[in-house]
Amino acid sequence: MGEVIVITSGKGGVGKTTTTANIGTGLAKEGKKVVVIDADIGLRNLDVVLGLENRIVFDIVDVVHGVCKTRQALIKDKRNENLFLLPAAQTKDKSAINQQQMKDLCRELAEEFDYVIVDCPAGIEQGFKNAIAGADKAIVVTTPEVSAVRDADRIIGLLEAAEIYDPKLIVNRIRINMVKRGDMINIEDMKDILAIGLIGIVPDDEDIVVTTNRGEPAVLLDNSIAGKAYRNITQRIMGNDVPLMDLDAQSGFVSRLKKLFNIR
Amino acid sequence: MFDFLKFLKGSEKDSKDVAKDRLKLVLVHDRNNCSPEFLEQVKEDLIRAIKSYMDIDEEHLDIQITKTVDDKTGKPALVANIPIKNMKRHS
Repeated sequence: MGEVIVITSGKGGVGKTTTTANIGTGLAKEGKKVVVIDADIGLRNLDVVLGLENRIVFDIVDVVHGVCKTRQALIKDKRNENLFLLPAAQTKDKSAINQQQMKDLCRELAEEFDYVIVDCPAGIEQGFKNAIAGADKAIVVTTPEVSAVRDADRIIGLLEAAEIYDPKLIVNRIRINMVKRGDMINIEDMKDILAIGLIGIVPDDEDIVVTTNRGEPAVLLDNSIAGKAYRNITQRIMGNDVPLMDLDAQSGFVSRLKKLFNIR
Repeated sequence: MFDFLKFLKGSEKDSKDVAKDRLKLVLVHDRNNCSPEFLEQVKEDLIRAIKSYMDIDEEHLDIQITKTVDDKTGKPALVANIPIKNMKRHS
């Protein structure tokens, strides 16, 4: 029986979809059988981030309504045969699926896959409730900004109310230089404020924009710092103890030089 | 260079500390999500529990949910200020 993990945040635009794509790809690269579910019905996006937008025939709503078999809606990744995408419907809305249907779907997929990763929509309404309905575990993504942290805190409370305990935190888009001069909330502050376990920190990295443009997750790029961060997170999800990335070492002159020459 | 910038700014607090302080307070309120009715209910139950041990000044009883004094976790605390009129004797 596989594990169902929901990637959520409350606030939009903090990197849930990017995180889902990278974690899913990272786990598949490690040889795990993975399905990523886009639960953002009406605002389908995970497909483009993974570069699979041209292959969609059926979607999650078709599956729960019995229009097609689950298997028929799953899209195999271009790069990794262990990774599958179950896309969101683009023309329907959140009410096209209910919590029980989502639960059943997650159970069914967890029979076959090692990891079922659910990309949750922003907000705390129906779409959120659906996305978390079948989850065993949750990863909360936030950025070091007051609005994102506040929403993350709210989400942590709602997860607990839904009996999804011990969610893990990813702090995304850390700008190392701003942290250094005291103009960005740092990791310690974040742990202090939210009081949940950290599963990863991801520095702000232009590679994310470039890889998203191309539809190829950064986790596959050896010399991307965000890619490295996602590889670390992948390891931690698999239960391996990997130390947190040393942000100081990542921003120095030497590391930039290394990056220039592709050494890492 | 950063120290020099700080020197220019004077003794102004780091903006991340301002953010942290503001967040902590706003979360205290977000987290307990309590209506006045809820607090009133807590208050009544508290009075009932304490009454058998001491005479209290119910009029001036004040309870609120706020930050803990020793605020390391950022967890809110229920702070009750209950003036005692008389301790009851237990023989």
